Amino acid sequence: LLPLLLSVIRMLCVAGAVFQVWVFVVLFLIMLPAMFGLSLGVTGVYIQVLVKILEWATVRIQRGRMEQPSVPVPLPNGIIERAGGSMEEEIGELRNSFALSDAFYFYKKGLESIVDDQVTQRFSSEELASWNLLTRTNQNFRYISLRLTIIWVLGVFVRYCILFPLRITLAIIGLSWLVIGTTLVGFLPENSVKTWLSELVHLTCYRICARGLSATIRYYNKENKPQKGGICVANHTTPIDVVILANDGCYAMVGQIHGGLMGVIQRSMVRSCPHVWFERSEMKDRHAVTSRLRAHVAAKTKLPILIFPEGTCINNTSVMMFKKGSFEIGGTIYPVAIKYDPRFGDAFWNSGKYNMVSYLLRMMTSWAIVVNVWYLPPMTLQDGEDAAHFASRVKSAIAHQGGLLDLDWDGGLKRGKVKDSFKEEQQKMYSSIIVGQNGISSCSQSTKVE
Amino acid sequence: MGSRASTLLREEEIEEIKKETGFSHSQITRLYSRFTSLDKGENGTLSREDFQRIPELAINPLGDRIINAFFPEGEDQVNFRGFMRTLAHFRPIEDNEKNKNSSASEPLNSRTNKLLFAFRLYDLDRDDKISRDELLQVLRMMVGVNISDEQLGSIADRTIQEADTNGDNSISFNEFIKVPPVDGEQDY
Repeated sequence: LLPLLLSVIRMLCVAGAVFQVWVFVVLFLIMLPAMFGLSLGVTGVYIQVLVKILEWATVRIQRGRMEQPSVPVPLPNGIIERAGGSMEEEIGELRNSFALSDAFYFYKKGLESIVDDQVTQRFSSEELASWNLLTRTNQNFRYISLRLTIIWVLGVFVRYCILFPLRITLAIIGLSWLVIGTTLVGFLPENSVKTWLSELVHLTCYRICARGLSATIRYYNKENKPQKGGICVANHTTPIDVVILANDGCYAMVGQIHGGLMGVIQRSMVRSCPHVWFERSEMKDRHAVTSRLRAHVAAKTKLPILIFPEGTCINNTSVMMFKKGSFEIGGTIYPVAIKYDPRFGDAFWNSGKYNMVSYLLRMMTSWAIVVNVWYLPPMTLQDGEDAAHFASRVKSAIAHQGGLLDLDWDGGLKRGKVKDSFKEEQQKMYSSIIVGQNGISSCSQSTKVE
Repeated sequence: MGSRASTLLREEEIEEIKKETGFSHSQITRLYSRFTSLDKGENGTLSREDFQRIPELAINPLGDRIINAFFPEGEDQVNFRGFMRTLAHFRPIEDNEKNKNSSASEPLNSRTNKLLFAFRLYDLDRDDKISRDELLQVLRMMVGVNISDEQLGSIADRTIQEADTNGDNSISFNEFIKVPPVDGEQDY
């Protein structure tokens, strides 16, 4: 009995020591530097090591691919080689006549879109050019070599047993600090001390959360950072975008009030700093939303509003249509481009496939999150320009800077159907080709279009 | 998506599809990936709604006709074999096939079969003739509400007049293929 007792005590001592080391690491090596915005450089070294390993893995896989030719090669530009121009080029400009072969243009385009289309692929994760040693991105990478498999197993161990507990601890600390800190600051009267403290609390927490994801963020062109009284717009990939941007400045968030944990966080945040939260019923009323935001912007002393005009998460390979509502508020727009490096982890939130909790778990068991943020020069509505055109202009600037594809399709197509007016546009275009502009008549008694 | 795709499709099936359609191994796994990503109900078949979810197809004036081509007579679901069989018509002709002896049974993607596919887009009732009504239907789909009935009618009449050589006031397949050549092919 005595030896058993002794061994139990020994185990408890070891556990105690491990716990102490743990607290030390978390508190002094991560939290305190995070509060002051310093970095010990550990993450930097980690990323460099990872890059070396992934490069080695890529070379190894390419070699393996040559030996096993039946393994399909990823095609980043799509499955098919599209050889085709616009309707005018293919059918012929203003022919003023119809030919039986005209249908071929439509059916070719239709079949191309069945095999590979530009829109539906944006709502699922990007396919990587080479495997990054995560099980979840394993697409047809069969067993290639023993060394690769060993590294993968090691990777699983490191990610799940070492990094994951660390990250969970940090995330919990970060969020609790946010709730407690903002509630405490909320008790202060409105003055500059309160503003300063509130900024400190927010920044610290977001920094801790960023460490909780092993995020490495590079900000470019900081001179263009959003100013008070302005509106910051960015492309949307994941809810983590908020953490990424808020690491470098304070923003007033806009969104719907949720229930549960999210709601608690939202309610405490708004005590210390004027975020704009809407009830679900208010969100439907566009005028109410716009006027509240307008009032916020007009105050010129409030923090810049953060808006994601796409309205939904897209997979970071393209920028989809910007909803013009945000561009009707007035004020200066500060565009920001966010691009995640997909080798280290897939940041895209596929809300149809994963709920918030499983998404966060996936994030915390990835290698890391490496992201580039570009602040673009501010833009304003030009004379004679309407909101939709302005939105499009801002979108192109963001897409160009971030190296993303500029699409005009609506992100809402993730869940809804495309509007009939687009089909009607196609029909009108074709009609003008075969009968010329003058021949078009809008029939009041149109035959039913199939 | 990825790894699920290749594990659900058995090797024997891939071989059979390869023989039937002429697609390569990697092309078949790619297209299976695409098939599963369109199959929102995850039951191994596609319905018309699954196709309609592709925005570029939904705005195509002939979209419904093209979708119909995938579904066999009277059915509402198409499985992967059927999907591949239809797509096989559009596989580009490889160089090594061009020299093959034409006594072998005609491959699915021969020029004639491609044109037959296009012919069937017009000829809904499969009587091997494009009647004036059938032509008008397709024309109406392509132009929407922008052209009047009378004008459309005269366009249809003129087209039939030009193509019809045996005077039966409709276009048969032989008359159809005399239409000037067009790029109906695409590469994978």
